[in-house]
Amino acid sequence: MASTNSLHRVVIEPVTRIEGHGKVTILLDDQGHVKQARMHVVEFRGFERFVQGRPYWEVPVLVQRLCGICPVSHHLAAAKAMDVVVGAEKLTPTGEKMRRLMHYGQTFQSHALHFFHLVSPDLLFGFDADPAIRNVIGVALKFPELAVQGVMMRKYGQEIIKATAGKKIHGTGAVPGGINKNLSLAERDFFLKDLDQMLTWSKSALAIAKNYTVEHLKELAPFGSFDSNHLSIVRADGAMDLYNGNLRAIEAQGKKIFDQVDNQKYNDYVAEEVRPWSYMKFPFIKSIGPENGWYRVGPLARLNTCDFIDTPLAEKERQEFMKVTDGKPNNVTMAYHWARMIELLHSAEKIQALLHDPDLQGTDLVAQGKWRGEGVGIIEAPRGTLFHHYQVNNQNQVVMANLIVSTTNNNEPMNRAVQKVAQDHIDGQKITEGLLNRVEVAIRAYDPCLSCATHAMGQMPLVVELMDAQGNIIDRKIKG
Amino acid sequence: MADAIRMLLIGFGNPGRGDDGLGPALAEAVEKLKIPGLTVDADYQLTVEDAAAVAECDVVLFADADAQGPEPFSFQVLEPKREESFSSHSIRPDAVLALAEDLFNAHSSGYLLGIRGYEFDEFRETLSAKAADNLAAALRFAESLLRRRNFSEMAAHYKASGLNPVRTGM
Repeated sequence: MASTNSLHRVVIEPVTRIEGHGKVTILLDDQGHVKQARMHVVEFRGFERFVQGRPYWEVPVLVQRLCGICPVSHHLAAAKAMDVVVGAEKLTPTGEKMRRLMHYGQTFQSHALHFFHLVSPDLLFGFDADPAIRNVIGVALKFPELAVQGVMMRKYGQEIIKATAGKKIHGTGAVPGGINKNLSLAERDFFLKDLDQMLTWSKSALAIAKNYTVEHLKELAPFGSFDSNHLSIVRADGAMDLYNGNLRAIEAQGKKIFDQVDNQKYNDYVAEEVRPWSYMKFPFIKSIGPENGWYRVGPLARLNTCDFIDTPLAEKERQEFMKVTDGKPNNVTMAYHWARMIELLHSAEKIQALLHDPDLQGTDLVAQGKWRGEGVGIIEAPRGTLFHHYQVNNQNQVVMANLIVSTTNNNEPMNRAVQKVAQDHIDGQKITEGLLNRVEVAIRAYDPCLSCATHAMGQMPLVVELMDAQGNIIDRKIKG
Repeated sequence: MADAIRMLLIGFGNPGRGDDGLGPALAEAVEKLKIPGLTVDADYQLTVEDAAAVAECDVVLFADADAQGPEPFSFQVLEPKREESFSSHSIRPDAVLALAEDLFNAHSSGYLLGIRGYEFDEFRETLSAKAADNLAAALRFAESLLRRRNFSEMAAHYKASGLNPVRTGM
């Protein structure tokens, strides 16, 4: 093995205002071969301390401060954990369905935003297109109807969140044991008015992702791809369920590692490894160990782990998705986009079913139960499985909090994707545009949230530095 | 008629991250003033759907925390500017204006009120004392601005007085 002194280091680093950013370091040897690729994410870990001593009922509101991108996921995961703390995890029909509407509204808007704003330029213009064109403005100019659809779908989902959770920045909808409001008939009719349009647009977005993936499968199959385990929650009958279910993990070829694991026992099955070079932990399946027990989460994992989808249009699409790999799990990184759009359609169908359910106008909002003092809430956030775990003392104060966020679950896979792309596309000791583009595309497939805790992280230009073994910069590029 | 002007104020930032919450704090305070013709919104960050809301207004005022700008605040006119984004899900105020123009053929006037903040790096739901003072000054300015609607006049004044930060990339 070459010593550090004989290696060159390529650093891809975003310019950001304050912490919470990530960077990519690619370590080369003297021959220009990739020895190692690491994606560093400076994750803010102070939240667990911040929440200690706070009353448990404040937590579902407080946790929204963790992430400006997916506050609803944290809101619902914390509420689910607090349901268990107060012994009221069996919600009233109105409580559960209002939360589900909130969650599917969020998934709908998040998947639409990611696809139209970040991914569609890569698919419509190609990975090597001029970055000045390969962005949402380029889409707006060449495919204006698509860009408008993306904005209006995002807006629709955001309006659902507002109607179920309250104000965007002070959402209080989910409370321990239930919800604090129902959906009025006026609100229901407001959403029904545009629902058919949302379904139609979801189908067309899915068609873009599917057709692109199928047509380019030969080149996409090896792109940043590798075999992996997959993990998600699934319903008791094996159906995809983004809001509630038990844990299931499968191997790359589909064999179950564990199934129907009670959320409260996640600690017996999943652990986190700390590595000295990264603030972000590396979760793994305990029975396999850290070296081979890492797994993927998110849309691709969910399509692989579930037995079926309980909405007809999305189920038909799932079956077509699985045909590509003869019913085996799909391990193609770029298939995340196709899987994400199947979930987009599924979310629209779920919203449709919920809006026609009179339970949303019910008035029994909060369930009661027997105090337990400890609870785990797990939800399938848009980016993947999200774990919240709390202990609360007899004075109602939180004394322990542990969170495993979706992007952390995908930590090792993202590192592997970057390494694979770097190995396949590095060109000597120069930082080429092609390499940069492909590193971006590989990371984007996972839709990572690198910006927990502050909006200022939203801008993600890349600074790329090529350094020699002595730390001298021999090449540097800024992108975005 | 002055009242026919449709105004939108968007305060953005994370109230759980100390002074990063200056934008939403201003929005919350302005909302209580119930200024005619004004719609107030607050969010953690700006995203693409804000372009649809901007397109429905004649004037939009973005309020944000500023980690480096002048005290107590800066005020400047924004020109639509297209951006390239690597990842994540937020966009700049000038990019929101550009999206509103490109997607909805809107030509809303945009202004940025940057309120100076100091402490961003820890979870805290309160503003620092100095940031709270700056917020009070910004609120007085914003109320006068939104009632008198003299946006371009005030932007020219702040530009001429050198009170605005000089930056590249914004």
